[in-house]
Amino acid sequence: MPHDLILFYAFAAVAVVSTLLVIAQANPMHSVLLLILSFMALAALYVLLDAPFVAVTQIIVYAGAIMVLFLFVVMLLNTPREDTGDSAATGHDSTSTRAFGALLAALMAIELVWALNTTRRLGGALPGRAGADASWSVSEIGAILFRNYAFAFEATSILILIAMVGAITLAGKHGVDRKSKWPS
Amino acid sequence: MPILLAQLIIAGFVFFMLLNSAAVMVYVERKVAARIQQRMGPWLVGPRGALQPLADIVKLIFKEELRPKAADSVLFVLAPIISAAAAFTAFAVVPFGAETTFFGLLDQPVPLQVADVNVAVLVVFAVTSMGVYGIVLAGWSSNSKYSLLGALRSSAQMISYELSYGMALASVLLLSGSMSLRDIVNAQSGSWFYVIPRWYVFLQPVAFFIFMTAGVAETNRAPFDFPEAEQELVAGYHTEYSSMSFALFFMAEYINMVTVSAVATDLFLGGWHGPLLPESLGWIWFLLKVAFLLFFYVWMRWTLPRYRYDQLMQFGWKVLLPLSVFNLLVTAAGVLYLAA
Repeated sequence: MPHDLILFYAFAAVAVVSTLLVIAQANPMHSVLLLILSFMALAALYVLLDAPFVAVTQIIVYAGAIMVLFLFVVMLLNTPREDTGDSAATGHDSTSTRAFGALLAALMAIELVWALNTTRRLGGALPGRAGADASWSVSEIGAILFRNYAFAFEATSILILIAMVGAITLAGKHGVDRKSKWPS
Repeated sequence: MPILLAQLIIAGFVFFMLLNSAAVMVYVERKVAARIQQRMGPWLVGPRGALQPLADIVKLIFKEELRPKAADSVLFVLAPIISAAAAFTAFAVVPFGAETTFFGLLDQPVPLQVADVNVAVLVVFAVTSMGVYGIVLAGWSSNSKYSLLGALRSSAQMISYELSYGMALASVLLLSGSMSLRDIVNAQSGSWFYVIPRWYVFLQPVAFFIFMTAGVAETNRAPFDFPEAEQELVAGYHTEYSSMSFALFFMAEYINMVTVSAVATDLFLGGWHGPLLPESLGWIWFLLKVAFLLFFYVWMRWTLPRYRYDQLMQFGWKVLLPLSVFNLLVTAAGVLYLAA
């Protein structure tokens, strides 16, 4: 067995097992950490696919930046047990919640199969990939991102900006003393 | 096979030297602090107190390992391990010398580096951001208010300064056109007018300033040492830690300092390039430069008072970040203009 394949199975197993454990955990703090582990395993798979830049971006953006925010939220809410939705306090019917979850999962599975089929028909995933040279350089990714997909890129960033402004407006305290020297 | 063996030896050597550097830095820190405060510092253990780190280590090993009753037992143990592992990992992609055959022992030269990755700069960045988890988890799992506050401060600080850190890195990447630290160092060989070395610190003084400032904040050192501001937070995120798990945090901090200094040397100070010495002895220049930056770190800690927390945040978001964005824009424009 070539050692690439051994590594692939090892990291794939870590990714799958840790992702399963994310939803099997009662403690949300542990769930967040297992999700980070799963992201790391995915990054290792990207390295095996000769895409080191994507791998490092995965770690910086998802494992490094986004999951820290998740961790903060979970940490500050300080719930040792997950709210399972069965409690009367939430006011939701648990069977309908479960049915909705199952529906979403089925939709997700259909989408995945569809996406995998389409990319296989296209041959290469993205244009501009040089045939023999498997390592994809950063400048190539940059050129494609800012030439072919410039609109999508800018639209996404504006969307995130709007969401940020919205969140700050909603959460901002109105009518507090603005001259206070401590940031609110 | 000898190449593989040589690389393994280099990896082991780097690991060993990083361990030692933490011990040496503790001694340097105490000694320099003492001299700045008109004291003698460690004096009794060994000649001029040089064996003091050894005594410290023995003391730390024999101390009792304590754990708060309400702590999350798994994460409490895991947190210092994450911190130390991240500190060691980051150095793996840092080159510290030119290619060498070890005085003709090997048929073909090997680079003095654990792994030459073509996205090395980003790897350092990614691994540093993983180090935040060690601190956050330490603070949360200790179940103590001082630890939690220290961890919150620390992660807020690291996230804020990571942006400026990344921008400063990006402006160097624009100049060199490569993300491999080895390529970046090699782009800085030679000199202008036979006098000024071709180091990026002369082309990018603003980026160097931003990088070092953000580096101090990233390593939680004075004057940005809020996570462990003694007067407010006892000891911050590692309040509840003792014995070797405390030592792991302590070691991680010093190794991070070494890594930041080594990366700064590679990015801005020309790595192992320098006058007088031949390329094969370039690692001496590398060591000297790193030692100077480390001394600067210690010097700064014992000279500058700690900022206030809101001042730190204001400085990070309202001064350092706009400055780094502006610097990046000017650099990009300059590179485009010269390329055209």
